[in-house]
Amino acid sequence: MALQSLDIIRRSATTLPAPQARGAHAGEVAKLIDVTKCIGCKACQVACMEWNDLRDEVGTCTGHYDNPHDLSDQSWTLMRFAEYENPKGDLEWLIRKDGCMHCADPGCLKACPSPGAIVQYANGIVDFHEENCIGCGYCVTGCPFNVPRISKKDHKAYKCTLCSDRISVGLEPACVKTCPTGAITFGSKEAMQQHAAERIEDLKSRGFDQAGLYDPAGVGGTHVMYVLHHADQPQLYSGLPENPKISAMVGLWKGISKPLGLLAILATAAAGFLHYVGIGPNETDEGDEEAARRELEKTP
Amino acid sequence: MTNHWVDIKNADLILIMGGNAAEAHPCGFKWVTEAKAHNKAKLIVVDPRFNRSASVADVYAPIRVGTDIVFLGGLINHLLVNDKIQHEYVLNYTDMSFIVKDEFAFNEGLYSGYNADKRSYDKSSWDYVFGEDGYVKTDPTLKHPRCVYNLLKQHYARYTVDMVERVCGTPKDKIALIWDMIASTSTKDRVMTIMYALGWTQHSIGSQNVRSGAMVQLLLGNIGIAGGGMNALRGHSNIQGLTDIGLMSDLLPGYLTLPKQDEQDYKAYLAKRTQKPLRPNQMAYWQNYPKFHVSLMKSWWGDAATADNNWCFDYLPKLDKPYDMLQAYELMNQGKMNGYICQGFNPLASAPNKGKLVSAFSKLKFMVSMDPLETETISFWQNHGALNDVDPSKIQTEVFRLPTTSFAEENGAIVNSSRWLQWHWKGAEPPGEARSDIEIMSELFHRIKAMYVKDGGAYWDPIRDLAWKYSNPEVPTPEEIAMEYNGKALADVHDPKDATKLVRKAGEQVAGFAELRDDGSTACGCWIYAGAWTQAGNQMARRDNSDPSGIGNTIGWAWAWPANRRVMYNRASCDTSGKPFDPKRKLIAWNGKTWGGVDVPDFSPTSDPEDGMGPFIMNPEGVARFFARGGMAEGPFPEHYEPFDTPLAKNPLSPEQPLTLNNPIARVFQSDLAQIGKPDEFPHVATTYRLTEHFHFWTKHGLLNSITQPEQFVEIGEALAKELGIPNGSRVRVSSKRGHIEAVAMVTKRIKALQIDGKTVHQVGIPIHWGFLGAAKPGYLANTLTNAIGDGNSQTPESKCILVKVEKA
Repeated sequence: MALQSLDIIRRSATTLPAPQARGAHAGEVAKLIDVTKCIGCKACQVACMEWNDLRDEVGTCTGHYDNPHDLSDQSWTLMRFAEYENPKGDLEWLIRKDGCMHCADPGCLKACPSPGAIVQYANGIVDFHEENCIGCGYCVTGCPFNVPRISKKDHKAYKCTLCSDRISVGLEPACVKTCPTGAITFGSKEAMQQHAAERIEDLKSRGFDQAGLYDPAGVGGTHVMYVLHHADQPQLYSGLPENPKISAMVGLWKGISKPLGLLAILATAAAGFLHYVGIGPNETDEGDEEAARRELEKTP
Repeated sequence: MTNHWVDIKNADLILIMGGNAAEAHPCGFKWVTEAKAHNKAKLIVVDPRFNRSASVADVYAPIRVGTDIVFLGGLINHLLVNDKIQHEYVLNYTDMSFIVKDEFAFNEGLYSGYNADKRSYDKSSWDYVFGEDGYVKTDPTLKHPRCVYNLLKQHYARYTVDMVERVCGTPKDKIALIWDMIASTSTKDRVMTIMYALGWTQHSIGSQNVRSGAMVQLLLGNIGIAGGGMNALRGHSNIQGLTDIGLMSDLLPGYLTLPKQDEQDYKAYLAKRTQKPLRPNQMAYWQNYPKFHVSLMKSWWGDAATADNNWCFDYLPKLDKPYDMLQAYELMNQGKMNGYICQGFNPLASAPNKGKLVSAFSKLKFMVSMDPLETETISFWQNHGALNDVDPSKIQTEVFRLPTTSFAEENGAIVNSSRWLQWHWKGAEPPGEARSDIEIMSELFHRIKAMYVKDGGAYWDPIRDLAWKYSNPEVPTPEEIAMEYNGKALADVHDPKDATKLVRKAGEQVAGFAELRDDGSTACGCWIYAGAWTQAGNQMARRDNSDPSGIGNTIGWAWAWPANRRVMYNRASCDTSGKPFDPKRKLIAWNGKTWGGVDVPDFSPTSDPEDGMGPFIMNPEGVARFFARGGMAEGPFPEHYEPFDTPLAKNPLSPEQPLTLNNPIARVFQSDLAQIGKPDEFPHVATTYRLTEHFHFWTKHGLLNSITQPEQFVEIGEALAKELGIPNGSRVRVSSKRGHIEAVAMVTKRIKALQIDGKTVHQVGIPIHWGFLGAAKPGYLANTLTNAIGDGNSQTPESKCILVKVEKA
């Protein structure tokens, strides 16, 4: 068991207590992506591929800078480029690094039916343990940010780990380390919120009145946060959800349907038991046997 | 760069124009974000496209390619008319008060002395008026009608806001906003930096584009100041080193110059370059030219170079014309040059007009490529379908590939844009049979020499006498070569003012170029690098990043030429009494006895300010020049000329003179003139450029780069796409007079149609990185489209301005 697995606060589909001997004594971590400082150089994408030994395919150009075109088992992060003409008539090129948001209340983990395939550490990182993954894709449905991808090769779900392997030995995530403009920073969630506040003040002084921090409450806040010029319109940034929530289906699955399902199973068992006790076992007579023989003879 | 990368953090305002730092220099660009974050700096981007730099700019304005002088000329006019200039600086540190000859004239785009047949100028009228004392006459009141200030004002009066909008297509409100922001840095407590790159240089008027930017900075008092300067962003990690070490065809190391054909006389050659002061008490540093030149010759020819044989002056080639790459390819194409050693270069991809290059290379007897990669150049004879449609059976050129080490597989110094020589260490062993360039050139030298020894030959003296004192003559080490370019004393060197004082013992490395002598007692391979490897060891390997003042001048980190100076002209950061104009940007100051501070003074260290020595010590005037005298081929003041591929029929700045539609002295070959595009056939204006995901034509061989930007595309605006019915992501054909390419159309809001001289002009963006070899999707070489017209001063090709026609593929 990896050492970073000794501070698990939540595991998917299990009520067994997780190993928790280690704690996040430095507090919860966060990665802050300052979209307003990002130049879309994709160094983070390359660093992610290098650190994690991933190689997506050499794709095609479809008339956008986004390459690869989408997240995949080989691309755990990518830049999404959006052209926006503001009400003043000036163009803005909004470039957002997409990837797992590491929600405090992770929809993927809630949706996951496989014990221990998705875990959350005490520092807030949500990690996939692919050895436990059954490839059902529920995490994809469960994610309000459309992030996990099922590999066509091994049918397991993959996404950004926030470099949990690096962080556990005191290093920052690979994308943070490589970012040339300091648009991606990493630290305690509190420190990142503080840094964001300074950045937002600067942006307001430059005329971005609606600048703000994206740390959506609908998922309990996130451990990957954005500084946005237009925090009032997150959807401008290639469809960043305005008010992300865990899908109602997941609520149904873990909220109502799970106890109801359990109830149904119990009810069936109880009915069977009562039938056995009250009426006795079902038995066949000669007429039933004769009908069965005729059916068999019809078969060529 | 006059300044350096880290220093950009000190700027209050950053103008990126003629470059795209975020795109092409993302690591250096971090200092822009530092300036914004910690200095409340504003960023302005002026570019034909809304690019990655523009994505984080405070203000962006579009401009038509090739019209930068109009924009900057308009700005110069704006600053002069509104008196937004740094008066103390301009009056004392520039030539504004200098009086110019009456014969000097300018009319309809032409300066006095033009010879249309020779496409060149007699520059004799482009000079100052000299007094009987031999010094230039000046008028510090600036009232004299022939003083530079008034001539400058007069020259740029034609560059009005209306003219700028009409020629550049930049909207007037954006022009006004940007000019006012820039004008705000004329005060002593505000400073602007200019970051530019090949977007200013790859033009037929490239050198003058750069000069225009420098003139703006001088008017604002922004040269020599922390956070200011003219900062050329070099497009190749060691291209600064290339020019420093003299790899331009007309240069010797350290910006010494090769003699011309009519300079057979050694004394006259030296006298012309040993410039005497043009004003009293000026340093005129080039007075030391003979010391640097003789030391170079001693470095090259050792004991064979003596006073009696003019230090082997006869061994130097005497140029009848510049032998730059455009000239070389022209000669190959004419069949007059038939062998080619192509070292670390992929011209079929990088140089203009691919069709001409294929034709030129096909006429060679042999071509040798020294490169870590298999380049398109050495594979020019291979048929790659439409991407390289040649018939190998018709090409007789014999090709040789000599695989070389890459920078990471050898020790050595790389000179970055900041002029820092940073030593680096081998990170890996070279693969296979790869050998270093030094090793290959060394073996070539020994073989040629052996052939001469065996068979003899005409005038092989320069090869016979070449000094080759390396511990292993077959494989000189980078360390030995570095010590050689630093230079050493061959005999004891004494203080010229006190012959009893020993400055440098024979055999020791010199500490700097001040120790060099013109009597043969010193050897130095590149005088501006003197100080890089001293008796104290390899200064380039230093890694002390302490920055006690916080201004970012880490003089213990690596080593910067010249003399480990980080900000050039830093004397100009102080007023005439020697106090910094802005105390919070203090680099150096006069303490009553000497100059000193956190930088190495670019000045005589003991020159009292009262003596009036000017801060621009390399100029014999002691001040910076608005009036370039004969220094530029086009004329003393930058003037706008249209690109050779121009959408206009007349130059709006000189409509009556047909000779000035394009640069009248640009370097043109007849074969190229025949391939100039006309707007009726090629109605769209295109430019070429780099993308962050790739580096030139190298990284298409790399998988990671190819994943992040896999396939060739061209960028076209929504209006043009609509007009031509081109959907985003479909394939288009882009043709110029020189050839065509096909690529994916990227339809974007980032390129807008411009209104130029009353008509709509569409611009097209063409990234360069694809070719017929590599890991990325095969593509066309973008330089199929560009033309080989050269800048009149540097012979840099006009790759940035082409007329094309876009259509559905």
